[in-house]
Amino acid sequence: MTSLLQVEDLRVHFQLPGDGLLRPGHRTLKAVDGVNLSLAPGETLGIVGESGCGKSTLARGILGLTTVTGGRVMLDGKSITGLSLRQLRRFRQQMQIVFQDPLASLDPRMTVSEIITEPLQVFEPKLGRAERKARVRQMMERVGLLPNQINRYPHEFSGGQCQRIGIARALILGPKLLICDEPVSALDVSIQAQIINLLMDLQADMGLSMLFIAHDLSVVKQISHRVMVMYLGKVVETATRDDLYRAPGHPYTRALIDAIPIPDPEIERNKAFTPLQGDLPSPLDPPSGCAFRTRCPRARELCARQAPPVQDAGNGHQIMCHFPLT
Amino acid sequence: MPLLEVNNLRTVFHTNDGEVYAVNDLSFSLEKGETLGVVGESGSGKSQLVLSIINLLASNGRAEGSIRFQGQELVGMKPKEINRIRGDRIGMIFQDPMTCLNPYLTIERQMTEVLMLHQGLDRRAARQRSIAMLDAVHIPDAANRLKRYPHEFSGGMRQRVMIAMALLCQPDLLIADEPTTALDVTVQAQIIQLMNELQQEFGMSIIMITHDLGVIAGISDKVMVMYGGRICEYAPVFELFQQPRHPYTRGLLQSVPRLDLAGSMQLHSIPGNPPNLLHLPAGCAFADRCEERLEQCDHEQPPLKEISPGHLNACHLETNP
Repeated sequence: MTSLLQVEDLRVHFQLPGDGLLRPGHRTLKAVDGVNLSLAPGETLGIVGESGCGKSTLARGILGLTTVTGGRVMLDGKSITGLSLRQLRRFRQQMQIVFQDPLASLDPRMTVSEIITEPLQVFEPKLGRAERKARVRQMMERVGLLPNQINRYPHEFSGGQCQRIGIARALILGPKLLICDEPVSALDVSIQAQIINLLMDLQADMGLSMLFIAHDLSVVKQISHRVMVMYLGKVVETATRDDLYRAPGHPYTRALIDAIPIPDPEIERNKAFTPLQGDLPSPLDPPSGCAFRTRCPRARELCARQAPPVQDAGNGHQIMCHFPLT
Repeated sequence: MPLLEVNNLRTVFHTNDGEVYAVNDLSFSLEKGETLGVVGESGSGKSQLVLSIINLLASNGRAEGSIRFQGQELVGMKPKEINRIRGDRIGMIFQDPMTCLNPYLTIERQMTEVLMLHQGLDRRAARQRSIAMLDAVHIPDAANRLKRYPHEFSGGMRQRVMIAMALLCQPDLLIADEPTTALDVTVQAQIIQLMNELQQEFGMSIIMITHDLGVIAGISDKVMVMYGGRICEYAPVFELFQQPRHPYTRGLLQSVPRLDLAGSMQLHSIPGNPPNLLHLPAGCAFADRCEERLEQCDHEQPPLKEISPGHLNACHLETNP
């Protein structure tokens, strides 16, 4: 299988100033620490984890929006890490991103048509005016915006419509890779469903590969072919969607799935489970061995001493745990 | 006598663009020990409803109608009197704990203040009670944590502190406005479990506002679905989830991606966008998004009718099947 996107041992570390007398010098925050992933053409990989697990930083690292400390990102077989901004530019039109806050990611002083046209002006400057307009119209229609909204400003739109504008802007150049960073978490439930359906349609039409980042496992289940779970900058489990939800191998994945309330009082009230205790440890001072051990119900002495190995459960199902559930 | 009785409540805001009715002709009652879940999209008026109850509307807002709490009328009450009820008999938790806690004051100062003001305790007794309450919400090492500032707590811990503060005076009613929306799912599960546990311990009534139908399913006794400032459906929780009647409720239930069901078929989605409260239609606010709309929906407000005991629905389909 040739993959469109290949990420090898990607690390994004941030240097923070020390906190005074006791610990002078720098402290290192390992936001993304040794992540591997591959994404086939037309595939959606869901990335889940709690806030602070490094999923957004991973996206920024892949796109070259933040400086990468180590590792490699390959797009279509070519390495794009360490390229100068100029060299990177060629690849930018092949990979685009949709952000979480739809209103904040649109320039309030540009009209919808200006926002969606801008990528074309930058990357296809030779395009004629009429053709450019036609492309924008077509894109607007494709994402469900009305032609008469073309000269309006972002503040005149609701959250869901703003997200449609953001999607149109990302897709106007016909990218191969679309990264969606929590695209629906700021939206109302009924609107959320519209946007998820739209993204699934667009993917089928345009043969897009998608990285879909979310903290909501039920949304990820809806849209992904494969799912990757992150905890404190590391991948703890990767599997096909059905494997992951049917038989999660990592105790953290299990806990995440159990924690989601089911909209059915019969099931919800008879659910026997103990929610995960405690909070995410500070990424500045992660636990030794397995990072999850401080909250893990199955942790034993070995987990504190040794980082867990990758256990292969077949069918591409990888679990980073000493004592997996399956 | 119910604990809380709301009758024909209207919440009006005077804006430059005219009068906006955030809550429109809303009535319900809440019994002692009962949990009411309020669901609705942004702009449905659910937050303004509870802000009306506790008299915390923005300065251009005004509540009309009647809100009776333990027999006392809250609408038009003087600030001095409402201050005695607010924080004492009615506790509140909001979505973002960081903006609700004073960053300059220690948790101790903020907690003991409540008890010294409302219950006239001295500092030492207030401190004891505060520690006991932090213990009750499972904050480890409570005595030491009391001396800390809000920024030294994590999001989930801060929300626990908020809950502890709201329960200090053992209120009869706890209002929670999206208390878990800003939290991660694992922490959300902890907080919901905690609220269920505390309700059993203290026996207070809860009004829980959320847009998460899963949270509603787990915690409520009755559910109120709001749209465009009005109740569109009101029912006991099992009945609402098993026999939803209003097209909006049905649409909402179908648009939630389900973890417990297989497959990745298309999600049902409600077309269109939530209504603009400035330009509400003369008829049913949901009409232009409704798949089963009738002719009269455009110009006639559907009445809220009791269709079976305790189950109310505001839809013209009830009279014209």
